Parts: sequence; C-alpha cells; structure tokens
Amino acid sequence: MTTYEPVIGLEIHAELQTKSKMFCGCSAAYSEAPAANTLICPVCTALPGAMPVVNQKAVEQAILVGLALNCTINPMNQFARKNYFYPDLPKGYQISQYDLPVASNGWLNILAGTDPQRIRVRRAHLEEDTAKLFHHDRHTLVDYNRAGVPLLEIVSEPDMHTVEAALDYATRIRAILRYLGVNSGDMEKGVLRFEANVSVRPTGSSELLTRTEIKNLNSFRALTRATAFEIQRQTQIYQSGAEVVQETLGWNDLKEMTISQRSKEEAHDYRYFPEPDLPPLEINRAWVEQIKSELPELPEMREQRLIMQFGLTVNEARLLTSDKALADYYEKTVSLSKSPVKTISNWITGEFLRYVNDMGLDLEHLPFPPEHLAQLVDLVTAKAINDNTAKEVLAGMFKTGQSPETIVKANNLGQISDQDALELVVAQVLNDNPKEVASYLAGKQTVFQWMMGQVARLTRGKADPQVARKLLLQALEKARISK
Amino acid sequence: MTPSESNKPAFSIDADMVKHVAFLVRLGIQDEEAQAFSHQFSAIIDYFHLLNEVDTGDVPPACETSNTRSVMRPDVIKPSMPREDFLKNVPHREGDYVQVPLVFGEE
Amino acid sequence: MQPHTLSIREAHELLTTKQISSVELTTAVLDHIHKTDPLINAFVTIADELALEQARLADQRLRQSEDITPLTGIPFAVKDCISTRGLRTTCSSKILENYIPPYNATVIDRLSTAGAVLIGKQNMDEFGMGSSCENSAFFDTHNPWDLERVPGGSSGGSAAAVAANMGLFALGEDTGGSIRMPAGFCNVTGLKTTYGRVSRYGLIALVSSFDSIGPMARSAYDCAAVLQSIAGQDLKDATSLPDPIPDYLKMLDKPVKGLRLGIPKEYFQAGMEAGVESSIREAIQKFEELGMEIREVSLPHTTYGLPVYYLVLFAEASANLARFDGTRFGLSVAEGAENVIDQYLQTRREGFGPEVKRRIMLGAYVLSAGYYDAYYLKAQKVRTLLRQDFEAAFEQCDALVAPTCPTTAFKLGEKTDDPLTMYLSDIYVVATNPAGVPSLCVPCGFSNNMPVGMQLIGKHLSEDVLLQIGHAYQSATDWHLKRPAVSK
Ligand SMILES: [Zn+2]
Repeated sequence: MTTYEPVIGLEIHAELQTKSKMFCGCSAAYSEAPAANTLICPVCTALPGAMPVVNQKAVEQAILVGLALNCTINPMNQFARKNYFYPDLPKGYQISQYDLPVASNGWLNILAGTDPQRIRVRRAHLEEDTAKLFHHDRHTLVDYNRAGVPLLEIVSEPDMHTVEAALDYATRIRAILRYLGVNSGDMEKGVLRFEANVSVRPTGSSELLTRTEIKNLNSFRALTRATAFEIQRQTQIYQSGAEVVQETLGWNDLKEMTISQRSKEEAHDYRYFPEPDLPPLEINRAWVEQIKSELPELPEMREQRLIMQFGLTVNEARLLTSDKALADYYEKTVSLSKSPVKTISNWITGEFLRYVNDMGLDLEHLPFPPEHLAQLVDLVTAKAINDNTAKEVLAGMFKTGQSPETIVKANNLGQISDQDALELVVAQVLNDNPKEVASYLAGKQTVFQWMMGQVARLTRGKADPQVARKLLLQALEKARISK
Repeated sequence: MTPSESNKPAFSIDADMVKHVAFLVRLGIQDEEAQAFSHQFSAIIDYFHLLNEVDTGDVPPACETSNTRSVMRPDVIKPSMPREDFLKNVPHREGDYVQVPLVFGEE
Repeated sequence: MQPHTLSIREAHELLTTKQISSVELTTAVLDHIHKTDPLINAFVTIADELALEQARLADQRLRQSEDITPLTGIPFAVKDCISTRGLRTTCSSKILENYIPPYNATVIDRLSTAGAVLIGKQNMDEFGMGSSCENSAFFDTHNPWDLERVPGGSSGGSAAAVAANMGLFALGEDTGGSIRMPAGFCNVTGLKTTYGRVSRYGLIALVSSFDSIGPMARSAYDCAAVLQSIAGQDLKDATSLPDPIPDYLKMLDKPVKGLRLGIPKEYFQAGMEAGVESSIREAIQKFEELGMEIREVSLPHTTYGLPVYYLVLFAEASANLARFDGTRFGLSVAEGAENVIDQYLQTRREGFGPEVKRRIMLGAYVLSAGYYDAYYLKAQKVRTLLRQDFEAAFEQCDALVAPTCPTTAFKLGEKTDDPLTMYLSDIYVVATNPAGVPSLCVPCGFSNNMPVGMQLIGKHLSEDVLLQIGHAYQSATDWHLKRPAVSK
C-alpha cells in the first residue's frame, strides 16, 4: 500500500500588545474590561461615518516580528478591505493587508525531530481582531470590546512534513513573539490562534495535492491533535481510492475530530480592494534600521550563546531558551551563584521546572527571585544541606516564597558536616553495634553501607555523606588496630 | 459615448449571477427582481466596456486621491464612549450585549 | 428687511452691529421654513429647539463681542449624511430612518465652535446615490424655480433650501457632482473642495476616495467664509490634508487679471442644451472682460470619466454599505429570522431602495474574483490617466471652466425608469472626483427660465483661486442673486 507524507502550512494569528486598538483609541486590554461593550467607540463598532487611523506602535511591532523572522520589510504598505458578513465583524469588512503586507519572504530554523530544518515564512500582515460572540440556544450575543484589537497574521509556506515539525515551528514563533514583547503567548486568553493547511502526498513525491484548512486551533494540543487527525483522515481517503475535498474545517475539541464548515465555504469571495480610508504606508529604511537596533537577542541566538558560554548541551540550551523569562531567570541565577554552571543548569532544568510545570506557574511571576535559587544551589555546593534536603527546601520556597536560609533555619535542616558532631554519632554507631563491627573487621565489606545508614538515621539525613564516610572509615580502622 | 458597438456580442449578466452577487452583499431578492436587475446590469456593465478602448498597459492604478502618506496615530488610549450611547441605537439587545439571531458555522 | 433672505456677509454685519440677534434671525429662518418647505420638501428634520438654543449661545458671544467668527449666529443646515450628535441622521434611507448618532462629524464640531446655528438636516438621494433627489426613501424634493422639476442630486435638499432662503448656507457633500449639479439646477453657489481639504470624519461614506464636503451658499464670498471654518487636517481622518489653510476671504479681492482660464474642448460637445451653452459662452466672455486669458485645453480621457467614476463607486459603496446590517443601529428586520443571515437579507431588502441595491450588487460584481482586473483595476488605471489629464491641463492654465450639466433641471419622473440615462446626466461633474481636484459651481444665467450653472475647476488645493475667480465674476454679474418666488 502507498504510504503518504503530510504537507503542513501554518497561519498564526497573534494579537499585538499595544495599549490602544489598531484603528482607534479604545483600550486594547479587552480581557480586563469591566463589562461587555465598555471599550468601544464609533470606529470599532462601525457607526456610520467613523474612520480608522493606524496605530503606529502596531506597525512597529509588526516590523519587529518581520525582522525577527528574517523577512523583507516592504517599503510600501497598503491596507485592504476583506469583505464578508459575520456578526463578529462590525464593518462588514475586515481591514487587513493583501498584496502589500508589512513583511514577506522570511524564514525560521526549527528542529523536525532531531533534524534542523528551515521553514519559509511567506508573509506577516497587520489586521484587526473581531468582536466576541457568545452562542446561546436561540440567539447569539455580541461584545465589541475585542473588535479592532491589532492582529498580526504570520503565514508559513507548506514546508512542514510532520506534526512535530509543525509543533516546533508554532512553539518557536510563540517564543519569538514573547522575546519581542509583542504577545504574551497566553494561549488560554486566545492571544495566539492557529490555522493549519494540511494535505498529504505519496511519500517521496513533490506534488501538492488538495489541501484542507483547519480553523480555530487555540492550543498546541489542538494544533497537534487536529493536524494528526487530518493527516490520518486524508491518508485513509486516498488509500480507499477516494479524493480529498478542498474545504474549511473546524476542530472539535470534545469529539477530537475535524468538522466541515460548509456554511463559511460559499462566502470565500472576499473581494479585496485597497482601503480608501487609509493612505498607503511608507516604511523607510531609517525607520526599519531604528527598529532593528531595538531587536533583542532571539531564542536561536541565545541557544547558541548558552552552549558556547556555559557548555550546555543542545537540549538543555533549547529548553532554557524556549521562554525568555526562563532564560532570563537562568542567566540571572548563574550570575548570582558561586556554584558550577552545570549544577545550576541541572537544578533549573530538573526540580525547578518540574515545580513550575506542576503548579502551572507563570515564569514571569514566580514566588521567589533568582537570588533565592542561587542561594539554594550554593548551600548544596557548600554542603550545608544535601540534595534531599535541598529538594524539601525548594518545595518550601515555592510554597511560601521564603528564602532558603530562612527555611533551613526554621526547620533545622542544615547538613551536619561538623567533624566533632559527626565523630560522636559515628562513635555511637560503633558502640551500639559491636556484632556488625566485628563482621566488618572480619572482612564483610557490605556492612559498611549499613553502618552509613545508621549514621543517616541518627542525624535524620542531615549528615554530610562524604564527611560521615571518612569518619566512619577512620573509626573502623582504629577499632581494627585496637582489637 | 454610445452604449455599445454594434459588432460586439451582446453582453449579459444573467439572473443567476444577479442572485449570486445579491447574496454576496446579503440582499434578499426575488426571482422577478433578479430578472429586472439582470437587464439593467447588462446595459450598465456593457456601457462600461467603453474603458476597453483605453490602452492601460504600463499605467499604475490610482489607489488614493490625496497625496498623503503614512498617517499614523500614537499608541495612546482615548476614553471610550459611554456604553448607553452605543446601546440606545441597538435594535435588539440583551443586557449589555448586542443580540443577533443564531449564527451557524461556529463550533 | 426679511432676515431669511440675507447672505452670510450681510447677516454678519447686522449681527455684529447688534441690529439683529441670532435668535431673531434664526426664528425668521425657521418661520420661513415652516411656511415654505411644505412646497419644496428640502428638509428631513427641522431642529427648532436645538437651533434656538444655539442661537441664544451665539447671542451671548455676540453681546460679549468675544470669539466672533463670520459664522457666529448664522443659521445653516446640512445634508443628511453628516452625523449630528443627538439629531437624527438618515441619509434619506429607511435603513437609518431612526438613527440618532452619538457623535458629531468633525465639520459639525468646527461649525459649532465657530458659533454657527444648526437648524436641520436636508433631503438627498439615498446614501448620495442619484442625480435628482428622487431616490430619497422619504419624499422627492422640488426645485424652487419650478416645483415640477427636480433640484438635482444628490445634495438636492441643500441646494433647494439655499435657493429658497431656507438657511443662509448649507453643507453639501460631493461624490461625483452632488454639490455642483444641484447648485447649478437651483442657482446656488457650491464648492466641491479638494479631496482631503475638509475632514470626512462623521460623513456617512458613499465613496471614501471621492467624497468631499463643501459649502453651498448665496455667493463665492459666503462659500469662502464657510470653508475658512471647516477646512484643515483632522487627526480622525487619515486622508485629510495637513497643508496650511489660506485666508480665503482675504484672497477674494486679489485681481483675476492675467489668470489663465482653460476651456476643455471635450466639455463642449453635441448634446448640450442651447441655452446652457450660450450662458457658458457669455460667462467666458465676461471672464475675458475681467482680463483673464482664455485658452482651449484638452482633457482627452473625459469620455471615460463616467465609467471610471461609477465602477469605483460601485466597488467602494458596496463595502461602505455593508455595516447596515440591522445589528447595531438602524432598521432591523429579524422577525422570523432563523439565523443571522436571514436578518441580513431581510433588513437590507427592506431598508435599501432600488438604486442602492443596484449599486451594491454591481459593486460585488466588479470586485468579484475573475472580474476584478477587467473592471475595478481597469477603472483605477484609467483614473490615473484622468488625473494626468488634469495635471497636464493645469500646466497651461490656472482654472478650467465648463458647464455643470448638459441641460437645466429636468422634470420629476423624467429619468427614473432608466438608471443608465440618469447616470449620463453626471457626465460633466464626475471626472473631478476621481482626480480629487476642487470645483466651484457658479450660477451664470437662465435657459427656459431655469438656472444654468458653470463650474470652475482648479488644481489640488486651489480653492482660493476658484473662489477669487467666482467672486470677481459675481462682483461683475448678478445671476447668483436671483431668487425664485417661493424664497420671499
Ligand atoms: Zn474604538
């Protein structure tokens, strides 16, 4: 039977983080609106006679993204009207960009599995978000607070051939947007939405077969599930000898399947034409250069730097740079700590991230600063506490936000590495267990571990294992001689 | 400026096309109306074929009338309008929301 | 003295010398409207109370002699496509019959700041689509010179009102002759401004790239006074021009001697009514007497102005009118609607008249995939040629003169059966709008007892020159002072 490989392109809609909306002065912070229809004006509710004026900050953010994605910034931009009727679209057209978008012809490096791959970015253009609809049994309610919030649509070429590649591309785009500070990446709030174009073709061929478009993918999970489902559906269709129909699909999260949206199909003649209410937008080189100078270090560059600077593995570096806040936290901790970088990396990629993920924490609002994490790692390095205790302390830090020193003191968790104190403990172990001492001295080496266990028991785990080991060996040698 | 040259095949926009464009602009029309519009549209559009006389090979399209460029506003929040000012014109409302009949094609 | 017959200039003199108050003037105008408008039907809404309230405020300003402009205390009305806060704004359409805007158009704010007194809203062809005012969803407006005839369109209510002394001036809106054509039919002086000279914010758009608001008044002088108050960049309209505003009134008295006046030969073709042509020729004679240099010029793409104009109009209007969907304002026919599409179909079917329906359907047609290049794009390319025609002509002259219409006002009902014939009546006025240039309509005689208008066309932002020429002509003639019997 013929095998098929997928061909996937992604459209990513990202809300830009401006203060005001794309074409009017209403606040764009719709998720913090006091009530429905409070962040509105004649422009964003399309009252007769109202006119749009472009938000300069939105253009700058779009240019920033374009540069980060290695795009050409088009010196002449034009807005266009995309005409269709839908109750979330007050004007009956969306102001978007058509043949002259802000940015085009860029690329982004990803990992398809373990193989590096360059995905081409076709274009990035500005448009406006729609109103929010609330569907009820017998009618629909409209809230215009979100209408007119700036959106950047980033369109890839159909260059991805696995679900993993698509996921990696989407993940990296999200990271870049967060690095640039133009999008919070908060998927639950809907600030980032995906549409996937999916087709399949016989493995090894280079033809492009009929594609379908899956809309409304509002999480990475939905993106991976929907594309995987669609790939399988199309493959089965071809294998059964039938043909795939070009159509728009919706993803149903509950039923875990794509569903045809025929009602939207007929209206696909968008009748684009240049927006006459907005003069063309010139983006001159000086402006682009100025924005370029504000471009921060991006994930890919940072990944390379961390590998070079700290000797991290590729996987560690990728994980640590996947989020700007995490990478910032990591680098800050490294700069504050006296411990080896390797130890710090292990702590952050291990226990630390496990808590962050388990507790669903926002990396930008952690309960404690990097200073505290640096202290914790330094306590371990200085053998003031052992690994197990450190894990307990870290749990306490996540729970209470207190500094590790405070927690250690309050709970008397400090590691015992004091020679005199441990000598007493070792002496007691030898005193209490003459039989075991005898069998060790008779050559039964395994008893040593048991005796170490006794030291740990008596110190409730706080004994510095290396010091304890040394003292125990010395005491047993003494016993051998005195015997 | 006579409507059409005699040797040109008669141009026509049929009633189905009229119904198609009527639906694109969400205009309810009936069959008889579509028929009447079809005749008018054919005459009007046929007259506009006059433009085919003009050689526009290298001519760029005009896209704007004023010669302004790059007009933008700073990203500053202006007070929104009082909600009641907006809602008092709304034909069907429910509380603070605007109400419309069912929307199909959504999840 | 009959206050309602005063010009702005005369009224200003009387107001500032305290010989009349704004309340007296406004009351006289309102009384005259209530007496006369039942014959004319120029007004959709008459705002007596609001008017008197503003008149009292104007009188305060006048009493304190503070902050007085040439328009302080002057009663005026506007075409009903200009948004007025708290005052119904209908575009003479059923779909907006009960719409009360929550905000003012920028021009209304500016006139209010100047102290002018808004007295009402004037009838028009629905959404500006028409050349006779017969496409109003409410009623026909009659030409004050002959009640059997149309006032022209689409600013027909405004032209008829100014001609019949119902308001000292009006704001009209010109998409493709909508100020000049009715001004010519009614013996009114009307100025289509340069695209972008006057803010469109709050003007209910017909064709966003053509629409221009401008004054309609008794004289070029009065038009200059109004333009002074409304011109200038508006940050709410990205297409408004930042260029400085000349002192239009001061420029009026500059001599016209030596100015070059072009006669575009394409505007003087067969089909023009004899009385119209002779009036225009006499006016040209007068310009020559005033010392202007007359020369023939060519605007070779004139014939294509009409298709360019209508194709762009259809396209833009079809999008501009999409927001009238029965959801947020205006008429909503939701009874029996199973879904929102039904509501759209029903509302727009009931709410729009036949001409509006025709044009928005044709707009969808010319923008459709597969037709875009042949119609919309082609029109935009020829539009470039039209602009170049004007640019070339203005290398050789300072202004052009041409008739506003091949005929005088036609009879009500005469052209309503055939949309294409109606479109052809705009033939002389449409080309200026795709080019964005200004044009002043000046009354220049009568043909079969109906007024004849000529238009002076200038290059971008040359309103001052047009007004200067118009004023010189009106200082030497008195056609613009003639008033119909009903205006008394
Ligand atoms: Zn707004």
